[in-house]
Amino acid sequence: MYAYDELDRTLINERVSEFRDQVKRRLSGELTEDEFKILRLQNGVYLQLHAYMFRVAIPYGTLSSKQLRRLAHVARRYDRGYGHFTTRQNIQYNWIKLAELPDALADLAEVGIHAMQTSGNNMRNVTSDQWAGVAPGEIEDPRIWSELIRQHTTLHPEFSFLPRKFKIAITASEHDRAAVKIHDIGLRLHRNADGETGFEVLVGGGLGRTPFIAKTIKPFVHGRDVLSYIEAILRVYNQYGRRDNIYKARIKILVHELGIEKFAKEVDEEWKQMGDSELRLDHAAIEEVRSRFFYPAYEKLPHMPDELKQAAHDPLFERWRKNSVAPHKVQGYAIVTLSLKPVGGPPGDATAEQMDAVADLADKHSFGEIRVGHEQNLALPHVAKRDLPLLFKALDRLGLATPNVNLVTDIIACPGLDYCSLANARSIPIAQELTRRFANHDTAGLIGRLHINISGCINACGHHHVGHIGILGVEKNGEEFYQITIGGRADENAQMGTLIGPAVPYAEVADVIEDIVEAYLALRDRPEELFVDTVKRLGVEPFKERVYATR
Amino acid sequence: MPLVKQGRLTTDLFVHVADGTELPGDGAILVTAERFLADPEALLRRAGKTGVVWPNNRDLDALVPYLDRLAAVALVFPTFRDGRAYSQARLLRERHGYDGELRATGQVLRDQFVFMTRAGFDAFEVKKEADATAFAETMKRYSVFYQPTGDGRVTALNRRMQQRHSESAGQ
Amino acid sequence: MTSPLEQKKIRITGPSVVTANRTWDGAVVYRTAQKGWSTELTEAAVVSTSDDARALLAEATADDVGAVGPYIAPVELKDGGKIKPGNLREHIRAKGVTIDIQVPA
Repeated sequence: MYAYDELDRTLINERVSEFRDQVKRRLSGELTEDEFKILRLQNGVYLQLHAYMFRVAIPYGTLSSKQLRRLAHVARRYDRGYGHFTTRQNIQYNWIKLAELPDALADLAEVGIHAMQTSGNNMRNVTSDQWAGVAPGEIEDPRIWSELIRQHTTLHPEFSFLPRKFKIAITASEHDRAAVKIHDIGLRLHRNADGETGFEVLVGGGLGRTPFIAKTIKPFVHGRDVLSYIEAILRVYNQYGRRDNIYKARIKILVHELGIEKFAKEVDEEWKQMGDSELRLDHAAIEEVRSRFFYPAYEKLPHMPDELKQAAHDPLFERWRKNSVAPHKVQGYAIVTLSLKPVGGPPGDATAEQMDAVADLADKHSFGEIRVGHEQNLALPHVAKRDLPLLFKALDRLGLATPNVNLVTDIIACPGLDYCSLANARSIPIAQELTRRFANHDTAGLIGRLHINISGCINACGHHHVGHIGILGVEKNGEEFYQITIGGRADENAQMGTLIGPAVPYAEVADVIEDIVEAYLALRDRPEELFVDTVKRLGVEPFKERVYATR
Repeated sequence: MPLVKQGRLTTDLFVHVADGTELPGDGAILVTAERFLADPEALLRRAGKTGVVWPNNRDLDALVPYLDRLAAVALVFPTFRDGRAYSQARLLRERHGYDGELRATGQVLRDQFVFMTRAGFDAFEVKKEADATAFAETMKRYSVFYQPTGDGRVTALNRRMQQRHSESAGQ
Repeated sequence: MTSPLEQKKIRITGPSVVTANRTWDGAVVYRTAQKGWSTELTEAAVVSTSDDARALLAEATADDVGAVGPYIAPVELKDGGKIKPGNLREHIRAKGVTIDIQVPA
């Protein structure tokens, strides 16, 4: 993982001092809320229903154990003892006090954690996938590029007041785990015919009121040109993105209104005028960042250690292993997903105690490194296979070994009306009830991979549009209702789900989901056919019939 | 309106002249883009200094031919959240080589001074007097900068490379 | 529960209060008749006409140092003058989240 140097740390500390001054001027009345709001947003501070919400950056979802312990400390000292991991690999605290925020930020700065640009109309966390650097078949570690882009876009003087927020994601694998096609800029790292490293650049993806799948603007931008090319895109967007209507201000609207060809032409024109850019990354610059990524000194380990053979007779261990353990690019190692979706629990939350315990486990079993995934689960990326049985026992005691990764109870949900001032309806209790309905893990295993995404409003922070089953909370006459879509996907075949019918009331949502799953089980042509493929094959009609027959 | 130039509160030599009003003799003036483009030669021939206030939703192309003869260009932040003038400023300085006074007008607040300076502004019509007097102090907030602009500040990357070279040179 | 942050025209349909979040700690507060803020709904000033609501909101908005993001929220008046939250959103703000926060170990 990336080691911050003196310069990175100085910048973070300078930012903390600046924010401390801004908070002081706000509390004294020298700054009005109108003047202060965007300043606090640029430090990840939202106003929610009950309190401020504080969103801390976890750049490309990578944490050291020391950092995770400090996140636990913030939860304990400044909040109510827990945090929530988000769909953009960050962490949120829901009960923070503005007056204490500068201290919280100072505590975080000591371990190289910040909250810069986790909100506001600027460049947000450049996300990748939680298996970056360890997944088999990866071209190279995309996080190096995430870090290069992160630095370039942090406190960028030209692009800190964009028309709207801006999100970039990078994937370096055939199978896109970073959902690049629903980002403002998606980058697909690959090698061209000459073996050079570069990016397919996609623009204009996004969800919310007007969802779009990103379109390819350039099939190959050489790695050395990626910063200058992004600069060109941002400059076009900064100047021409709409500023009259916040619902039409994202780059996806500009791309849609101009058309991808015209938009590409504008960007190319700007890029050409930038000429021999100072932003061209020479080999030394790339190696500079790469050299500060530390990789473990892996041991030479056997593919099938004795410990694993012996544990195979334990059915609980085996079920967990088959569900939560993924292959690693180094023989003898594995990537372990820690499910933050316990039955009956709010999805994506972890207590301070759990965070501390995971930090200890990371030290023992993962070279001190933890990952955060956009599915709101954690991962330990460097676990020796021989340690799996021990690790399982420890995780199980902590409630972090629910064998439901990628299954029907591995639900992605936004905070919803329980926390969020933008929401129309609650999402967490829906998720909780669904985990109870499908609590039998063997049944969930039989159902197979099924992503349910829940959003409490059209802003779509739960990514419901691209859920295999998507649930969107709406309001009808003061009551909570939910629209259900099926067939969405967030990966390299990204597409939006299709509405199956009229919205259903809060009390019926879990029943409807059960009906949909039952329909799938009856209709799939073989057990291996995934839900999302059955929907593709048959369309929504058979599901619609099943759900609305008696409603 | 307080003007900050060269890092401190100063007397503004320029007067904003509204469309349709007479030009005040030989003094330094700032006129709107419409007025300027209606008769640029006449305005540039004046004995006094002439500057233009360029709107933030207009391309710079029509302005570029006159840059070497203008005494000042003022760009606009209708609200401080509208960041189009940052791009205009950088293009004027870095692409078109403009080196006259580049002035920030509109809602100009303390917490954007560093960004504005880095983008190329060197004069600021500051909304609040308290912000204006705090200008020099505010500019000291940051010593590390990740990205190059035309302001000449050494980027973090360059500092790191310099350090590497001096380290390897010392071996 | 359409977010009241999207309120444009102020028209109330029943008894209402002005609510916001306290600036220094974000706690839910209600505008009182004494031009202050209270964390107790029972101490909120209740208005019943759109004009009064607008006036109360304007006055509360001017108190930017004390509280942030004020808006008009419906309430229910029970027997004996007890004030209760008038919709689910306000119920959640007054009482807290509807889920059990503790993540089971």
